[in-house]
Parts: sequence; C-alpha cells; structure tokens
Amino acid sequence: MYFGLSEEQQFFKDNVNKFLNDHASLDIVKKIIDNNDLDIKNEIANGILNLGINSLLVPEKYGGLGLDLLFAAAVSQSLGENVAPFSFAGSYVMAPIALSLGGNEDQKNKYLNSIVNNKMKFAVGFSEYIAARNNFGFLFKNNTVSGKSIFVLDVENSTHLLIADEAGQIGVININDKNIKLTELTTVDKTRTYFEIQFEKALVDILEETKSNINAVTRSIDAGRIVLAADSLGASEALLTKAVEYSKERKQFGRAIGSFQAIKHMCAEMAADLEPCYSLVWHAAHCFDNIPDESRLMSCHAKSHVSDVSKVIAKKATEVHGGMGFTDLMGIHYWFKRIGVNRQNLGSPETIREEAAKIQNL
Amino acid sequence: MDLNFRPEYKDFRKEVEAFCNKWKGVYFKNASNSPLLDLTSSGSNEGNKIITRQKWQKILIENGYFARSIPKEYGGFGGENDEIKNRIIASEFAYHGIPSPMSGQGIDMLVPTLLELGTEEQKQKYIKKTLHGEMIWCQGYSEPNAGSDLASLQTKAELIDGKWIINGQKIWTSTAQYSQMMFCLVRTEPEAKKHAGISYLLIPMGTPGIDVRPLIDMTLKAGFNEVFFTDVAIPEENIVGKRGEGWAVANATLTHERGSLTNPNATMGRVNALIDRMKEDTINGIRLIDIPVYRDKLIALQAKVTAFQSNSLRVLSAKLNPGQDVKMAGMIQKYYGTELRHELEGFAVDVMGELGTLYEDSPYLKDKGSWQFLYMYYLGLIIGGGTSQIQKNIISERGLGMPREPKISGV
Repeated sequence: MYFGLSEEQQFFKDNVNKFLNDHASLDIVKKIIDNNDLDIKNEIANGILNLGINSLLVPEKYGGLGLDLLFAAAVSQSLGENVAPFSFAGSYVMAPIALSLGGNEDQKNKYLNSIVNNKMKFAVGFSEYIAARNNFGFLFKNNTVSGKSIFVLDVENSTHLLIADEAGQIGVININDKNIKLTELTTVDKTRTYFEIQFEKALVDILEETKSNINAVTRSIDAGRIVLAADSLGASEALLTKAVEYSKERKQFGRAIGSFQAIKHMCAEMAADLEPCYSLVWHAAHCFDNIPDESRLMSCHAKSHVSDVSKVIAKKATEVHGGMGFTDLMGIHYWFKRIGVNRQNLGSPETIREEAAKIQNL
Repeated sequence: MDLNFRPEYKDFRKEVEAFCNKWKGVYFKNASNSPLLDLTSSGSNEGNKIITRQKWQKILIENGYFARSIPKEYGGFGGENDEIKNRIIASEFAYHGIPSPMSGQGIDMLVPTLLELGTEEQKQKYIKKTLHGEMIWCQGYSEPNAGSDLASLQTKAELIDGKWIINGQKIWTSTAQYSQMMFCLVRTEPEAKKHAGISYLLIPMGTPGIDVRPLIDMTLKAGFNEVFFTDVAIPEENIVGKRGEGWAVANATLTHERGSLTNPNATMGRVNALIDRMKEDTINGIRLIDIPVYRDKLIALQAKVTAFQSNSLRVLSAKLNPGQDVKMAGMIQKYYGTELRHELEGFAVDVMGELGTLYEDSPYLKDKGSWQFLYMYYLGLIIGGGTSQIQKNIISERGLGMPREPKISGV
C-alpha cells in the first residue's frame, strides 16, 4: 500500500515545474497578458507540450502514453502553482477521455492519433450539459447543431470543438466551419481564455457511443473536475508559500509579522485546510482509474471541497500580504483569479454538491 | 498510488468478520458510569451475550484484536505491530457494531510510555493489569495555573526518607474517580529551569491525603475532577525515567494522545447516521434531506470528512513506507479532526431545530441525545490535549517554519 504520487508522477510534475520556473516566471506571464504577446505564449505552450503532456491520457493503441489521471492531476498542480498561461483541462484531459470512450474505431483513429502528433487540438464546450444557464443549450439534429455554448474551454490554437448537447451526446466540429461564430469572453483570469460559440446548422460528427449512453460525457467531466481541483490545489499551495515567505520578511512593530500569532494562525489555518486537499485530489484521481464505484462521488467531492478551501486561502493569503497583496505589482491576484475561475468551471460547488447528493440517491 | 493490501489481509479481514459475527450483540453487565462510553461504544442491549468489560478485554487480546504488538509477558498478544491489521480490526468492529476495546489514558498513554521508558519491574507490575481493564489510570498534568503553559506546573514532590511527599493540585483529571492509579507530573527540582525541574511519578489513588472532587463540565455528564494532594507519600521507585526528566517522558505520551482523539472513520460513521436522521425527520412534510440548504451543507461536510479520511490514509502510508514525508498531514490531525467533528455534530443539532436542544431523558429525544452531547463534548476536545490555538502555533512554527513569539524577558 502506498498513498501518494509515484516517482514517475512526481517526475512529470517536477519537469513541468522546472520548465515553468525557467521560462514562464510571473514577470513573463504578466508581459504576455499586458502586451497580448501570443508569440511568447505559444513558445511556452510548445515547451509544455514537448514534455509529452498532450499524449498522457491517450491510450497506447492510438500512439499515446496511456497513463492514469493521477499523472494529469500532478501536472495540473504544477500549472496552477505557476499560473501557467496554458489551458490543459479541456484539450488534454477531457478531450482524450471523451474521444476514447465516445468514439467508434474510425473516430478514435482519426482524432486520438492527431492529438498525439499535435495535428489536432480540441476545445471543449460541455457547460450546457452540466447546467444550461439563461437559454443557452442545444440538441443535435440530423448531424447538425444550432444554438450557443458559453465558457468553451481551451479554444486558443484549437482545430476542433468538442461539444456536448443537453442529452449528453458529444460531437466534433471543425473550428473553421463557416456556420459557427467565436466570441472571446473577458474573464477576471487573464492566464487562460474562454469563448462563446454560436452555431447555425453547423455540421457535427457525433461520437458513435454517445448516441446510446452518457458514459463518455460524465467520465470526461469527472476527470476535468479533478484536474481543475488540482490546478486550484497548486495555486493555493503557491499562495500559502508566498504568504509564509512574506510574513518572515516583512517587519512591523520591530519584528517579522510572521511572529505575531494573528498572522501565524491565519497561515496555520490555511495549511490545515489545504493539507487534506492533496490527499483528496490524488485519491479522487486514483479512484477515477481504479475504483469506478467511488469515482463519480470522489470527483464531485474533490472539485467542490478544493474550490471552497482555495477560495478561503486566496482571501487569507492576500490579507497576509497587506496592501501589497492588493496590488498588481505583487501579482497575488493572478492566483486569486485563477482559483476564482476554476471554482465556477464545470460546475460551481453548489451545483456539484447537488449532483453528489443525487449520485448517492439522497 | 496503490491502495491494495497484500492478499494475507483479505484472509485476515475474513477472520475478523467471523469473530464479529460470533460476538454480535455482546454487551456489558457492569456498564461504565461514563456516558461517553455508553454513547460511543456500540454495546447492544439486545441479545444474550452479557459479559464483563474485563472479560471482553481478555477475549480481544487472546484473539489478537487488542494489544497486538505488546509482548505476551506483559499481557499483550505478542504479535508484530501491523498498522493495516489494526485498521481492519477497527473498521470491521465499527461496521458490525462490535464494542471497541477499552481505551483511556492508562491504555493509550501510560502503557506506551512504560514500554519505552519504564523499568522492567514497572512493566511487570502495571502493563498487564492495565491492558486487562483491572487497573484504571488518570493523568495528572494540568493545574489551575498550568494549562497551555504546562511546564509551569507547581505541584511539588520532595524525597524524604525514601518516599516522595507530594503537595499541590491537579485539574481536568478525567476518570480520577474510577482510577486506581495516576501518572503525574510534579516539580522535584525547584532550583532547576522550568522544564528541567519536572519528574514523572506513578501515584496509587488510594494513598492517604488525596482528595478527588468532581468538576462538572458543560455536558453535565462526562465529569472531570480536581485532585488535591496533602502530604501524599508514595514509594521512591514510583518514578518513570530519572529525576528532572519528566518533561521528556510526558512528551513521549502526548504524541499518543493527539493521535488518538480523532478518527475520521468514526466521523464518517456520524455523517451516515446524520443522513439516516435527515431521511426520517420532516419539516412541513418535507424530509430534511430534501431541504436544499441542509442538503448542501450535509454534502459539504461529507466532502470535508472524505478529505480527512484520505489524509489519514496518507499518514498510514508513511508508516508503511519509511521516508515518505507527511509531516504536515500528521500535524494537523488534532486541530482539524476535533473542529470538524464539532462542526458536524453542531450541524446535526441545527437540522433538528428545537428537537436538537432536548437533553437527558426528555420526550422526543432522538438518537439518545448523542448529537447535542457530542457537540458539547467535542468543544471540550478542541480545548483539551493542546487547544486549537496551541495546535496552530505548532503547525505554523514547526510545520511552516514561522518565527516563534519573542520571549518576554524575566519569564
């Protein structure tokens, strides 16, 4: 029995961390955002992809590494920790899982191989299946779709869209289809992009298996939630580390503010709340591949609980930094906002808890 | 990640399961006066397996379900320490509603201390009787002016003519009224520095000059005591470790106490009991479980308890895989576990509304009043054994490496 990341998982995580430390410091992230510098952004994206993370979850049969979700969770922790200007959950976690479980042999051969050799990249629009807000939503009809999807993940550099209709069918649309219209949404989190997409009789290649069951869409969402929870986990870890470091350096009343119990106890509370989240996220990722009976509930718990803990840590860590924490100069807000958006993506905590209750027949 | 246990554990689980089926319905004829035991142990009132608690201890030890790793010569089972087997035993017992072995400060704290630091004579004299439930112990640490700052304790012992003569007062002494013995911290070297002047003594509670006065707590049930010592004389050899080394001896046991106060699986058991309660009770004809605000809070707590269970698996993993670093995961357990349990019991009181305020033998009382009792009882555990605030000092200073509070000069 061993509970924790394996050496290989830790290795992947460390590699991503090292690459981001070397090539995507906060200064560089800020530069990309302030100048909308797509060249640097793409360079970083390519660098991360060169570490092999696009193939992590693609089955070996289709040229991928065929690894467990725990690898993806470990990678995601590093991305969150570094507020990486890179979208991972949709294109490289949800898409390969949806395609593997939902596609027929032809579709899998066509799409999965292309993810591995970076010929194709998939944006993911499943929001309407989870909770359709304000008249958004759509159903596939005769292999076409009309309607709109909001908060589509990972559109940047994508060649295709993967969307789920209200019945849980998943379809693939070419991003150059002239019957779709993409509108970028501006969110508080500038490290990743989100789009609204409108369809007008756009052609959909419906994944064969999803016509008869919702396994692909639910598994894909479960995985996405775990990986977003891991992103918030990494972001929270970074915030706690920053708060502790700052409290040791900053002096007031002739002593480091970290020697005051008011500050120490805030940090201890953050640490105590955060520590079980590592175990919860890893446990949920492990269940995803190994304990299917517990997998859906664990995914719900991981996403909703980590979202709540991270929200509190984002606030307290900012407060420990005092006025500087509130400034753009210090940049604490990048983590604060990343956590804020992760919290709402793929279901807010309340939405997910209701799902968790239903899963248990409560 | 590998959550599988070796195949031998499957067989072991079957063996424990068979034992539980055999003893289903066992209960005790001389049930303890402590309501905590009655509420949390699952001794049933049905069935016909009436035995004494001491007999139950013996059966458990003979089967290796208690005191597994304690040598036979000291009254234990004499097996190897096996964390996984311990967990299998605990989870099967909980699942089948089989009463746990006796716990208490003698078993949880004194026995491990004597095994580590006691003389051979002390081990022979005390361990077996304690394990078999024939000798109950209380802990004499805190004093009215030595709480969180325990090392400032003032109860003194002087060695006169081969006897320790003890004078002073202890407080918060659980089970003192049932105890035959106390393990106690006293000041024996008044000239030495604070921590260096303390010794660890074993005091027979029947010794003349000991006055035990009950101290009723807010639950009006599980009582503490104050214990007063006036020229209490005990044999010189009743000391564990050397003179002035009592602080180190006590610290060896405090780690045991912090580990044993919070069991996440027991807390999950309470979540499940609460779900049952919420399915049964209604407001305006609507089941509590169907009322969205209650439902949401319930699942939030369930997620938090799940996280705590996962955390404890990680702590277990580190015991089985030396070198795995889980320092923080272990350090938070007392603080996190007691606060979480208190929050859960308090939420249950809330969903029950006015019915949640009923107490003792009131009509309409549900679940023996356990929610309201444990809500208060766990506030006691948040404070006792190192308050949440002391825990946060430990987490921040030893866990996060934050600077200590500057010492005030002259203290």
